[in-house]
Amino acid sequence: MNILFFGNLVDITQKAQEALSGTTNTQTLQALLCKKYPALQSVKYFIAVNGKMIQENTPLKEDDTVALMPPFSGG
Amino acid sequence: MAEQERYSRQMMLPGFGHAAQQKLEQAKVLIVGMGALGCPALQYLTGAGIGTIGIADGDVIQLHNLHRQPLFYTGEVGQNKTTIAATKMRALNSNVQITVYPFHIDQKNALKIISEYDMVIDATDNFPSKYLLNDACALMSTPLIYGAVTQYEGQVAVFNHSKNGRNIQYRDVFPDPPNSGAILSCEEAGVLGVLPGIIGTVQAAEAMKLITGLGRLLDGILLTYQVLNAQCYEIELSKNFSVKEIDKATFENTDYQWICSPNTHIREISIDEFKQLQLSHQLFIIDVRECHEEPVVDFADVRIPLSQLSSIPIEIPDQKNICVICQHGLRSQYAAKQLQQLTHQTIFSLSGGLAAYFKV
Repeated sequence: MNILFFGNLVDITQKAQEALSGTTNTQTLQALLCKKYPALQSVKYFIAVNGKMIQENTPLKEDDTVALMPPFSGG
Repeated sequence: MAEQERYSRQMMLPGFGHAAQQKLEQAKVLIVGMGALGCPALQYLTGAGIGTIGIADGDVIQLHNLHRQPLFYTGEVGQNKTTIAATKMRALNSNVQITVYPFHIDQKNALKIISEYDMVIDATDNFPSKYLLNDACALMSTPLIYGAVTQYEGQVAVFNHSKNGRNIQYRDVFPDPPNSGAILSCEEAGVLGVLPGIIGTVQAAEAMKLITGLGRLLDGILLTYQVLNAQCYEIELSKNFSVKEIDKATFENTDYQWICSPNTHIREISIDEFKQLQLSHQLFIIDVRECHEEPVVDFADVRIPLSQLSSIPIEIPDQKNICVICQHGLRSQYAAKQLQQLTHQTIFSLSGGLAAYFKV
């Protein structure tokens, strides 16, 4: 699946997108990402699957696009 | 006739005409923040002939603002932003009533000011203001056109659109403010000058669509624009049912600067944990509900309404942990944050409040 990072998350991952496989839901994906990028644990963001924000653990398929979106505050 | 000419190029648009122009002329829009988002929004809405525009900001113009706020000139550095902006907008279009609030919007003045307007444009540049505006607009069912930028990316969404809308609010997306310092502001992270110009203009476009009913609104949809790769990404937002509704008393007694300040994380405890701690007699319990609220509980050590918490001294016994309680567990969180300034003892907030306590 394709993972998209926005805002300050890119400072942590050093990339705006990444292809990952082998995870079956958003919870395991988060665990995997936090292991790879420990600094993700201490920042706020929400998750969207295929353009829709999710509020709970959601199953994932290989061709899904998952976005991690943090809040922005500048103006 | 001159007015016909002024608006002719928008009135000739398919689907626009006299009807849409009339709606714009009757509309009242409040823009909070007269910086890089607020300036372009103000300029286009003034040009378009909005009836009344309120502008609120207590800041003065600074030299480092000018790369992204070209409404202001070098010779105006040091002057109040709203005063200068109002003078220029009256010269641009004297049909528009510009009302100036040359101070910061806070929990004491927000509801009164917002009640004068149909919608609010969030053109602020910090989390305390964003949460304050969201809560005020949610409380008053006033649509909120949110905008924010960071470095090369910007966001726009329409929140609190309850009349025929999806009624999503900012807290559905980000329930609690991040600690300040966790997210860098433009001051710390930088911002490309054109970006807030684009985002503020999109906010103005959403305001015009909301007023006229034209097109598809970003109602509960978060649009993110990335300057460097010139790409937009849309996310359909959803309701978060664990977000509690805020009431007027809580709103007016919340210090938004404080709740966004670092090191003020309050631990919420469950009803079971609370009962266990009660048994061990280690808890000093503070009930922060207003005096008239039922039921009266005999296990609270003191009862001080949140509104009076800062003015009444409390003697907290050493050695005990503090647990703050209220009806639903929201006011107690705010109270706990206030109390944390006064003591180094551990402070808890009862999750779900007494409503949950008596339901179990």
